[in-house]
Amino acid sequence: MKIVVCIKQVPDTSEVEIDPKTNTLIRTGIPVIINPDDKSGIEAALTLRDQLGDGSTVTALSMGPPQAEQALREALAMGCDEGVLVSGREFGGSDTLATSTILAAALQEIGYDLIITGRQAIDGDTAQVGPQIAEHLGIPQVSYVEEIQLDGDGLIVLRQFEDRYHRLRVRFPCLLTAIGELGEPRYMTVAGITASGEKDVKVLSFADLSSRLDPATIGLKGSPTSVVRSYTKEPKAQGTVLKGLTADQAVDAIMARLHEDHLL
Amino acid sequence: MDFQLSKAQQLQRDLFRRFAEKEIRPIAREMDETETYSMDLLEKMQKLGFLGIPYSTKYGGGGADTLTYTLCMEEVSKVDASTGITISVHTSLCCGCINDFGTEEQKEKFLRPLVSGQKVGCFSLTEPNAGSDASGLQTTAVLDGDSYVINGSKVFTTNSGFADIFVVFAVTDKAMGSDGISAFIVERDTPGLSVSANIPRMGIRAASNCEVAYENVRVPVANRLRGEGKGYEIAMHALDGGRIGIGAQSVGIAQGALNEALKYVKERKQFGKPISAFQNTRFKLAEMQTQVDAARLMVWRAAMMKDNKEDYSAAAAMCKLFASDVANQVTRGCVQLLGGYGYSREYPVERMMRDAKITEIYEGTSEVMKMVIYGSLKVK
Repeated sequence: MKIVVCIKQVPDTSEVEIDPKTNTLIRTGIPVIINPDDKSGIEAALTLRDQLGDGSTVTALSMGPPQAEQALREALAMGCDEGVLVSGREFGGSDTLATSTILAAALQEIGYDLIITGRQAIDGDTAQVGPQIAEHLGIPQVSYVEEIQLDGDGLIVLRQFEDRYHRLRVRFPCLLTAIGELGEPRYMTVAGITASGEKDVKVLSFADLSSRLDPATIGLKGSPTSVVRSYTKEPKAQGTVLKGLTADQAVDAIMARLHEDHLL
Repeated sequence: MDFQLSKAQQLQRDLFRRFAEKEIRPIAREMDETETYSMDLLEKMQKLGFLGIPYSTKYGGGGADTLTYTLCMEEVSKVDASTGITISVHTSLCCGCINDFGTEEQKEKFLRPLVSGQKVGCFSLTEPNAGSDASGLQTTAVLDGDSYVINGSKVFTTNSGFADIFVVFAVTDKAMGSDGISAFIVERDTPGLSVSANIPRMGIRAASNCEVAYENVRVPVANRLRGEGKGYEIAMHALDGGRIGIGAQSVGIAQGALNEALKYVKERKQFGKPISAFQNTRFKLAEMQTQVDAARLMVWRAAMMKDNKEDYSAAAAMCKLFASDVANQVTRGCVQLLGGYGYSREYPVERMMRDAKITEIYEGTSEVMKMVIYGSLKVK
């Protein structure tokens, strides 16, 4: 079985600061890491591969600038069998829709039985790319997965919801989005890093995927999303103080306010 | 000349740094206070390959270089110098002797379990009456049939509390002086070998450091490293390599203390402003970081010379001499910047200051380093 894990290289947001003038992330000098949910996805994929023990493989797939190769090298050092980087100028400026279009094309190119993505990336926090890939490919998807169990030609997975869990059976090929609870990612090993240095990260350019991609659907012009404004959240203002109400009036006032703010 | 780490070296450093922050930092103080090294931590490091970094994958090692090993020493020592010496004695001294002087059979039997994370090693050279003058050993090894019988006592043997494999130095021919010393690989469970309780110390208190007694310990001739009389040369060679590790440990201790000070000076307010606003703080931090950087470059140079198979003996001695001095000055300076809190055991810098002192003493004192360096100047 071929398991593909989609990973993204992100700035370590625990160390990121915002430029107060431009309201954008100061990226220089910030360490980059594999997005944490994606790393849990890698852990789940490696565990599944080792349980199968039948020659199944794990491929790490990433789209990004050439520097994103380092994230794939880390995935290799954790134990992935193959790393594939989708990289090219044509892909720059892609929003989630264009990104998922490109990744879906890359997945068709390299083949897959099971795709695991992280739930969401800590830099954009959209949680859109995984589900969009499944839609492009026309395969079943389960998001927010925190447990995986092999079951014949598919998996039984536990999906986390806000107030409950769903236990679902899903048949291959399918896509799962992983949350942190899916697995504490293993460390790289010293020998694993040495060995990863001897492996090549395969690079897929626009030319490699051009037969599967309409140039109008990728990059900036294939991206319907536009950022109107980004800003740093200001500390909240003083709360409202209501005085001179009876207990019943106070309850009504609070309930009305909660409904107004769509909190109930 | 290239000061850039390779991609693999950067990844290795990420691994060491993340592991140290997540697994070692939370228990470093407790290990120091209880004077006990965590076997759980040791096992985790063995699994990830921290105890075989610069040795061939052929024997189950990490297949990395000496420079990578110094990155590990720095990163773990930033958080806990006891972990640094535990790895260093095992790697540079014990494994170093067997890797560089062992036969293929000895490597298969002893190096493989050491570098692949099954066993831990130690280096049994220093005696109560033979420290800087290692040629004055009194422990003896007498040939009897197809084995040697070892008698004597060693002191300050790091890792001996839990080590499985001991590289032991003993006199086989007293008349020959330092040319009469031989090196042996001794397994812990050999009858007659006994290890004392931990020796109470000022610093690196979590590390295991004990007296080892050898009473009619019978060791097969097959466990002798190289020929009779080659022991002194083997020990000096291993110590040359070890000094690069101690240099890196010193850099780690200093940078670790400095990182604590950098955090503290932003938070601590006196006279109405953070103490980082005072020129004394700024200049002190600038001076200390410059010292640490210079020490690191000397360590890296010595490591690269070893990797390039150049004669690195003097470079190793210089990096240890300089870096150990820097570690002592910088940790002392950091305790001063943190003031009363620096002296308090609530903050790790007092531990770092205590830990730093030993770097000027073990694996050759600073005075011995000067002897080695002077020797390389070839003044007639």
